[in-house]
Amino acid sequence: MPIIVHHLSHEYGADTKLNTLALNDINLVIPDGQFVGLIGHTGSGKTTLIQHLDALLEPKSGTVYLDGEDIFEKDYDRQKLRAAMGLVFQYPEHQLFETTVFADVCFGPKNLGLDKKEVELRAYDALKLVGLEDEVFYQSPFDLSGGQKRRVAIAGVLAMQPKVLILDEPTAGLDPKGRDEILDCINILHHKKDMTVILVSHSMEDVAKYVDRIIVMNKGKVFLDGSPKDVFAHYKELEEIGLAAPEVTYIMNELAAKGLPVSTEATTLEEAKEEILRALNSRR
Amino acid sequence: MSLIKTKNLTFEYIRRDDEGNVEGITKAVDDVNLDIKQGDFITILGHNGSGKSTLAKHLNAILYPTEGTVWVDGKDTNEDEYLWDIRQTAGMVFQNPDNQIIGQVVEEDVGFGPENMGVATKEIWERVEESLKAVGMYEFRKHSPNKLSGGQKQRVSIAGVIAMHPKCIILDEPTAMLDPKGRKEVIRAVRALNDVEKVTVILITHYMEEAIYSDRIFVMDKGSIVMQGTPKQVFSQVEQLKELRLDVPQATLLAYELQKAGVKLEDGILSKEGLVEALCRL
Amino acid sequence: MLKDITLGQYYQEDSVIHRLDPRVKLVGTVLFMISLFLFNNLIGYGLAALFLFSAIKMSKVPFKFMVRGMRAIFLLLLITVFYNLFLTKGDILWQWGFLKLTKQGIEVAVYMMIRLTLLIIGSSLMTLTTTPNQLTDGIESLLSPLKIFKVPVHEVAMMMSIALRFIPILMEETDKIMKAQIARGAQFESKNLFKKVKALVPLLVPLIISAFRRANDLALAMEARCYRGGEGRTKMKPLKYRGRDAVAYVVMIMYLVALIAVGIFTEGSLLKILGLVA
Repeated sequence: MPIIVHHLSHEYGADTKLNTLALNDINLVIPDGQFVGLIGHTGSGKTTLIQHLDALLEPKSGTVYLDGEDIFEKDYDRQKLRAAMGLVFQYPEHQLFETTVFADVCFGPKNLGLDKKEVELRAYDALKLVGLEDEVFYQSPFDLSGGQKRRVAIAGVLAMQPKVLILDEPTAGLDPKGRDEILDCINILHHKKDMTVILVSHSMEDVAKYVDRIIVMNKGKVFLDGSPKDVFAHYKELEEIGLAAPEVTYIMNELAAKGLPVSTEATTLEEAKEEILRALNSRR
Repeated sequence: MSLIKTKNLTFEYIRRDDEGNVEGITKAVDDVNLDIKQGDFITILGHNGSGKSTLAKHLNAILYPTEGTVWVDGKDTNEDEYLWDIRQTAGMVFQNPDNQIIGQVVEEDVGFGPENMGVATKEIWERVEESLKAVGMYEFRKHSPNKLSGGQKQRVSIAGVIAMHPKCIILDEPTAMLDPKGRKEVIRAVRALNDVEKVTVILITHYMEEAIYSDRIFVMDKGSIVMQGTPKQVFSQVEQLKELRLDVPQATLLAYELQKAGVKLEDGILSKEGLVEALCRL
Repeated sequence: MLKDITLGQYYQEDSVIHRLDPRVKLVGTVLFMISLFLFNNLIGYGLAALFLFSAIKMSKVPFKFMVRGMRAIFLLLLITVFYNLFLTKGDILWQWGFLKLTKQGIEVAVYMMIRLTLLIIGSSLMTLTTTPNQLTDGIESLLSPLKIFKVPVHEVAMMMSIALRFIPILMEETDKIMKAQIARGAQFESKNLFKKVKALVPLLVPLIISAFRRANDLALAMEARCYRGGEGRTKMKPLKYRGRDAVAYVVMIMYLVALIAVGIFTEGSLLKILGLVA
């Protein structure tokens, strides 16, 4: 189910003086099963872009194709789209409303018109997928910890069994422990369920560790697009638009500049360690 | 001179079930002894639920200890008569930038604290100006807070506290909801306050990069202080930090991994510059 | 759409209207509202519109911006017009079931529409040019005589100002939660009324919880900044009448006099106009 974004533009406040082009002629192809990191600072258009993928905003021009079908076509079934695209908003725990965790997770599949048994089965599966234990199923979602609440909210989207999972800063406001749990869980989902994942994030370290491809946005345009190695090689350009490469990219570049024969390609800690050890050993 | 002191500070709350029966007692803060000096930059680390926010709320008399005592500038927070003195001495900035700005114009919000304290009109204006300048938000003084970025909103909140001329400013995860750019802005403003104005800073965070500038770090877990020391001392104990499910700055972690693989590096490397230098010296 | 509501928002600009004392603006708005009900003819409305539009012109708030704020209240306006149009008794021009279009109905509906439009624009001009803090100060100062009767004037004013500050934030939040639930397959555009109400639960519950959370946070932040009610509080921007405020009062009186003159001229007698008020 490839996603094709075709000349997509969006404008906020089109009828006032304050109009701004939030998206400016975006073109992207996201093939099945890819793990994509979407990066850019606040206001770069990331959130606007992903809301278009779920038809929550109407474009000014251009469109999005899912599986070859234009999702903004008049007779396109929006419910079908929402079943296929699982969109997890920023601070998704703020949308919880049911009296129990289980009932809340059922909300999505119930809206798809599935029968009760199927709804409950899916809800159960989804809660297990995010690693929640049975004993919290019948608790009020509001009694849980921040990290647990967020996992309930993610389960609420997973229960719709989407083909594509889009997450808008899923780790915002969590502590390192909560952050690692959520990211590991997403990574497992990607591999186990072969889901296409689009991860919006501010953290270069997180993105470098997990994704196949990074799309950097700036001022409503695609600024860079490629593998983590390719993108982080442009760390000077990233800095110009107020972003930064992972810490290790800087370390490797500085080491290379100071004459240590390391390749500057490493983007994760593991790679950096191997590369430095190799360089140190070769020097001896 | 000690500005904030706690002795055997313990805070308990009673958990109740749906019918209101007592289920148990949770110790959110357990026997904490702190001694913070005027002008210090202190960081308190710990994961969510470790008790760090609860501890912070004791330091300006929003919560009162179940057992033990807290002194702010020599005043016992349990004494009602000192309440407003204490809140003025130890100002507090909270996590959510939207939920702590009262005014709808930046300058009016910064003036809110001094207004409450009964400062004369002319002086309020002076304080607002100097506070906004201290956090680099003076040019935005006529703006609506709703149109500012998260980092800018937090800097306005900090200015709102500085305008009360506190001796100490407590920041309860001020950067948790910000993007990297906003985080940098806020931390830069806080460091400047400490360096230039000599305001005592107590920063609560779970971003380790923000802790490396502090004079002392306290690490909390289950309501107790489990580690303390200079950043160098604390971050050289990588294993223990990992066990507490806390992060270590990337440069420190890489140095640690290299050490484990047999590279001879010193303990407690905190910055990428430090690591690069150490590696080149080999 | 929700972001478009301009009522209760401050529009930053440096104009004479912005600089006026909030008390002048409050009194002026109330007078203007009353004045709209003093007469019932087009010349009067023309005069009121002229008065309002010169005020808007002076305030430098773009007219487009104000009209955008009207859109959200448009439905309310339509209902009122519809109600007056078809349910006013009089000479029947056209009938369909219990709906009767009458000559008087058309008249009343048109007047009502003009009145409400002017009323809404008039009051939004006040909120657009006055910061909530100033508004609070103005209300507090105007109502301060009530303190004798133990009315908590300061607290009420403070509550209003905070409510105004949180309107845009909660609007944005509503928009976000709505989108999040739509993404989970929720349908808010149901034709069935019962289903429609039920569909609002996933929106309203999170919204109310969020409002409480914000209220709690805000109360804490206010206390931490030494807020303890109006007692012993000083003001950063104390209210002080200036020359321009006196001029504004004179202009308002002239407007009222002109209106009454128009009333006498068109309706015959002042008594009849005042009779319309009662």
